[in-house]
Amino acid sequence: MQFKSMVVSNVELSPNYFRMRMTAPQELLASAPGQFLMLKVTDAIDPLLRRPFGLFDVGTFTAEYAGCGTQAYCEILYKVVGKGTKLLSALHHGDVVDLLAPLGRGFDLGPAGEEKVLVGGGVGLAPLYYLAKALVARGEKVRLFAGGRNRDDILCITEFERLGVETYVATDDGTLGESGFVTQVLERHLNKGMRIFACGPTPMLGAVAKMAALHEVPCQVSMEAYMACGVGACLGCVMKGANHTEDTPDYRCVCKDGPVFDSFELQWS
Amino acid sequence: MQRPDMSVAVAGIKMRNPVMTASGTFGYGAEFADYLDLECIGAMISKGLSLKPKAGNPTPRIVETPGGMLNAIGLQNVGIDAFIEQKLPYLKNVNTPVIVNLYGNTLEEYGEVAARLDGLSGVAGIEVNISCPNVKQGGIVFGTDPGAAQEVVRLVKKNTTKPMIVKLSPNVTDVVLMAKACADAGADALSLINTLTGMAIDLERRRPVLANVTGGLSGPAIKPVALRMVWQVAKAVKLPLIGIGGIMNGRDALEFMLAGATAVQVGTASFLDPSAAQRIAREMEQYLVDHKIESVSSLIGALEL
Repeated sequence: MQFKSMVVSNVELSPNYFRMRMTAPQELLASAPGQFLMLKVTDAIDPLLRRPFGLFDVGTFTAEYAGCGTQAYCEILYKVVGKGTKLLSALHHGDVVDLLAPLGRGFDLGPAGEEKVLVGGGVGLAPLYYLAKALVARGEKVRLFAGGRNRDDILCITEFERLGVETYVATDDGTLGESGFVTQVLERHLNKGMRIFACGPTPMLGAVAKMAALHEVPCQVSMEAYMACGVGACLGCVMKGANHTEDTPDYRCVCKDGPVFDSFELQWS
Repeated sequence: MQRPDMSVAVAGIKMRNPVMTASGTFGYGAEFADYLDLECIGAMISKGLSLKPKAGNPTPRIVETPGGMLNAIGLQNVGIDAFIEQKLPYLKNVNTPVIVNLYGNTLEEYGEVAARLDGLSGVAGIEVNISCPNVKQGGIVFGTDPGAAQEVVRLVKKNTTKPMIVKLSPNVTDVVLMAKACADAGADALSLINTLTGMAIDLERRRPVLANVTGGLSGPAIKPVALRMVWQVAKAVKLPLIGIGGIMNGRDALEFMLAGATAVQVGTASFLDPSAAQRIAREMEQYLVDHKIESVSSLIGALEL
């Protein structure tokens, strides 16, 4: 779907990290955790392209203005890294943006009864919150492992805890939770019968994928890539599939084949 | 006033309006069906197809630049046979002309791909790509040397009965020379321009952003160059021209028609707005209504100097 959306709120959670809520059509409530949206920040030609963001949350709220009933919304969690996200961070309640959503392949929630383990690095926590909500709604036991460089990178932990998710935190500098990589914490808790869902920097995802393979734990990863179209047309966002070689190339489109992949589908160098 | 006549014809391909979707920016058509009515645009041009499937270049393949983007996709495509088997049946059911963009790694491959398409229903015409800057073989080699271009055009012409459009590169000293060479060799129409070779550098890493080092620049940044080239070629060559380059709205498209284009192709705009081609056709029609112009074809080459 392509639709115009009104910014409801755009709040700085910690330095350079923002959580933005936008109105959405009712149909977006049927989107799957792990799917994403493409947002056009400005009508001007610089920046030219849309920006992709994982769906952080989707739901309904009662709007404050008169005559309004229940309104569907979607939320994104983003870090200011460049021109586009800088402009995005300056948007206010009432501003209008153009969205394409929901896009891509989301998470496969897997069979009920297994323990669900979420692993997020920095802003990679974004799609995991929507996922946690869906899993908790099914009555699943969910644990979250969140990592970042420092305490500012650990976002919305309270929201996860409010869902009843058990959380573990690790930061590189030890300013919050354990000192070190989140993957080290994860490894101590990994057992067969779990299912991993991970999103974050590619090196972290590679480490999680290897660990999952070693422990024979099913693992899905949500990837990030530069994208132009978001609908599988430009082929700009591909990454190497597991069997990729120079002679037999195997590229997977992040926007259309992903952004969520089974970890064994991709090549981790 | 009645609704203006938006129809045009390029090399015998009749279109309800002058807006086509450019190769490589519209997938194989179905990708955009949720966002626009494929039967409201003039024509669709497929991704560039080769004899065998092609994997394309390593990543990163795209980077944004002010007012434009660089791409080095490397002509990733499913190959001509898979296109005919898997993509064409869907397109046949769409009441809009489908033009197949093709290229070869060798001269012979150009001829072979064209031959496989000949006689196929559902293919209204072919567009020969002699201008992709992002592959080592094929494409640009033929697009910058008038003699090599003529060889390709002659061979393809021998292997097809379908209308043949040749897509020109802007990465030449004299685009008119190339246009004339292709016209003399039997092209039925010319589309111009393909992307301009460019580069982006990551200052922190002191490395090129694209894995391919250079890429093709598209988007609004290249529109003035494209307009100039269409205008120059229109003065020198009698063939119908298709203008391409940074067309974002109806006014951009009409400028190309004034410069001498019979039709236009919308490329990068479809990435930012998947309904761009349909919107642009609507905006062109509105301009005609506002200015009480009865037929869009009356604007072709109507630039006053």
